[in-house]
Amino acid sequence: METKRLLPIGEAGALPVMKRAGPGRRRAIVTALLLAPSTLWFVALLVMPLVVVLVFSLGERAPAGGYQAGFTFANYLNLPARLTAFTNTLTLAPVGTLLCLVFAYPLAYFLAVKVKRAKLMLLVLVILPFWTSFLLRTYAWIILLSGKGIPSWLAVVGIEGVRLINTPTAVLIGIVYGYLPLMVFPIYVSLERLDKRLLEAAADLYADPIATFRRVTLPLSLPGVVTGCLLVFILLMGEYLIPQLLGGGKVFFIGNALVDLFLQSRNWPFGSAVAIALVVIMIVAVGLATRWAKHQGATREVSLL
Amino acid sequence: MKGRGLSAYALLVYLFLYAPIGLIVLISFNAGRQASSFTGFSLQWYRTAFGNRLMVEALGNSLSIALTSACMAAVMGTMTALALQRVTGWRRVLYDGLIYVALMVPGIVIGIATLIAIATVRDAVNPLLQAVWLDAPRFDLGWGSIVAAHTLFNMALVVVIVRARLAGMDASLMEAAADLNATPWGTFRQVTLPLIAPAILAGFLLAFTFSFDDYVVASFVNGREVTLPLYVFASIRRGVTPEINAIATVVLAVTVALLVLAQLVLRRAQRPRLRAQVPGPGG
Repeated sequence: METKRLLPIGEAGALPVMKRAGPGRRRAIVTALLLAPSTLWFVALLVMPLVVVLVFSLGERAPAGGYQAGFTFANYLNLPARLTAFTNTLTLAPVGTLLCLVFAYPLAYFLAVKVKRAKLMLLVLVILPFWTSFLLRTYAWIILLSGKGIPSWLAVVGIEGVRLINTPTAVLIGIVYGYLPLMVFPIYVSLERLDKRLLEAAADLYADPIATFRRVTLPLSLPGVVTGCLLVFILLMGEYLIPQLLGGGKVFFIGNALVDLFLQSRNWPFGSAVAIALVVIMIVAVGLATRWAKHQGATREVSLL
Repeated sequence: MKGRGLSAYALLVYLFLYAPIGLIVLISFNAGRQASSFTGFSLQWYRTAFGNRLMVEALGNSLSIALTSACMAAVMGTMTALALQRVTGWRRVLYDGLIYVALMVPGIVIGIATLIAIATVRDAVNPLLQAVWLDAPRFDLGWGSIVAAHTLFNMALVVVIVRARLAGMDASLMEAAADLNATPWGTFRQVTLPLIAPAILAGFLLAFTFSFDDYVVASFVNGREVTLPLYVFASIRRGVTPEINAIATVVLAVTVALLVLAQLVLRRAQRPRLRAQVPGPGG
């Protein structure tokens, strides 16, 4: 009983430990047991599947579809066959991210700096759409953008022949709609933390509002901007539903190519190569963006985790 | 002047965010079948929706999958976050990397990877199982594989949220508990757990939401199981949606009701403290 009481550590103890053989060993066992389930999950459902994808990407398509063992780089050399998907993703994902930023920033600024009353309520209203089905919200845009929706209203005011559904514009509208809340939040947090006295000081020093914004507010909110952009960009790179529903098979992303390759043409090895290419592009792009952000001096707070 | 411009802009954004949702709610009460024209008020789609066995089944599947996955993620994620506090060196780097990858790799890649991994294992394992024991349960895609795949992402999410809370916690509280001869379990139960409970709850709710709304991952690993998003997607492709709008409206109403309830409970929990600080009515 006494030895048990001498244990200096709680389950969550972040304390320096007495390096005694007994308690130390017990601690290690407890830690290992705590980590066991998640380790099992990581190995069985993350590492192993990704390794399988890597192996498949070097194989060949079986005659009936699926995978046949092999060792070839042909799938990677064949990637240009899906070039449109890559160029679509690599243009629409950054453009979509930028649009989200442009539309989200003023709202975040409004919520953080201008709103005095009912702030919590207004914030909840920004995230509430997230609790409704993403599919259905996007579906609502199919109705709004197709012939009997916005184009027919535009025709009433004399602008005829506008086609929205199944165009890149429709996809971009869907993107801004779907991911705006995700961009608003990190920017809001960094603006909220901003010391309002800095703004007063700038005004006292005769900075006009635009100069104050450019030299004080914007640089100080940069961490939030970077976090929001990374978050949205990462999600957009793997986007499937928005181009599927609003792009109607004409504007497709890498995600759509993947679904086609795995579920329709059942070319698993080529699909695996596309998947690996997508992950590699993402890691490189996010790495570059993080590095750029660090260069801009937003070092400390830029973190997705 | 500038403030007014911003307010007007904010109003427009809220309109933009809620117009499509309003449209769905409106159509769910439409007497006609066409989404593009409102022909009269009716509750018929609610009746059809809850009379549709396939759809009710899909809703049940989605609820049970989301609940199971969120519970597992909350427990496993919290365990991991607690354990990682004491892990240092290369092992820490390894776990941080795994969590990062689990969150960053697109759902579509996770779905594909899980599908082909399970398909491969299935083809290897099932004949063996059947050889040993004829009635052995078959290892296959379905309810279990959806839960397993969701739990990977959800668990990583919970770890990140709980860890942020742990990092902001005062370590001296745990030291004090240990000084007062609390057992490790006692310290956890009476000090650590109450402090990180809000983070665990937040993680649980996010996990539930993700799982309940996920189409992409489930579309690969579902086997023959149908979840609500899968059913909704199929309906959208067929162009048959009035009853789907009814279900969506019900889900939205339940969500809003739960949020209001949570707010009321929180207020009640905080009331004594608020009274002490702020005299007068309200709180």
